[in-house]
Amino acid sequence: MNERKDVEKPASATPGKERSEERAIRMPVDIFEDETGITVLADMPGVSRERLDVQIDKDTLSISGKAEVPVPEGMEPLYADIRTTNYQRSFSLSSELDGSRTDATLKDGVLALRIPKREEHKARKIEVRTE
Amino acid sequence: MFRSLTSYDGALFDEFRRMEREMENLFGAGTWPNSIRSVAKGTYPPINIGSTPEQVDVYLFAAGLNTASLDISIQKNLLTIDGERRPITEAGARFYRKERFDDAFHRVVTLPEDVDPDQVEASYRDGVLRITVQRREAAKARQIEIK
Repeated sequence: MNERKDVEKPASATPGKERSEERAIRMPVDIFEDETGITVLADMPGVSRERLDVQIDKDTLSISGKAEVPVPEGMEPLYADIRTTNYQRSFSLSSELDGSRTDATLKDGVLALRIPKREEHKARKIEVRTE
Repeated sequence: MFRSLTSYDGALFDEFRRMEREMENLFGAGTWPNSIRSVAKGTYPPINIGSTPEQVDVYLFAAGLNTASLDISIQKNLLTIDGERRPITEAGARFYRKERFDDAFHRVVTLPEDVDPDQVEASYRDGVLRITVQRREAAKARQIEIK
């Protein structure tokens, strides 16, 4: 599973506000594999189920979401580590993974994806016969 | 709504940060004194702080926390948050990427002087810990009536 890197977009004609809207957090992920498939964990704090979008198009897995937290009226920022509310990251899948059977769960801002391997690709133990 | 917390075009504070960064680039970090409780960029978890005349809100973007592991305390205007995140793994799994934070964390936030340490509320939703601290009455702007 490889990461897709988007080619840097040329600066838009209207800089400033417009550009900051497009910026997205490249959220940290854990990816691990076992015999039956691949698990992807992604940290997306502030994203609810309704604002999460997971798509598999052919061999590309795209994860995006928008964080929303309750903010009182008229709030002024004092300090901000997080400067954008968009999350975005994509990966290319290899052919032995069955994207159509992907299972996704979201709990406390952690997205867990389970992408199973196709039956014919599961590792088989080869018996060695002795004569 | 939320944008008020994440963007501050032309804000004085932002300008200070930019200057501090440029100073670090020019003279190298280490010679320039850092604020004693300042942390390196990318310290877990990221924090946003916003204020209104009535309250100060601290948001910690910490997904997948076990709230039982959280220890939040406030002493005057110094807010301390301790917590821990345990790794999620399966036996026999092979890792390709391990970018998510899994360890104990500790963050200290200096709040404005006028917060009331007796009126603090904390909630955890969708992986965001929100701590609301009320400000003292005296700090709120009052309309003066002319008799």
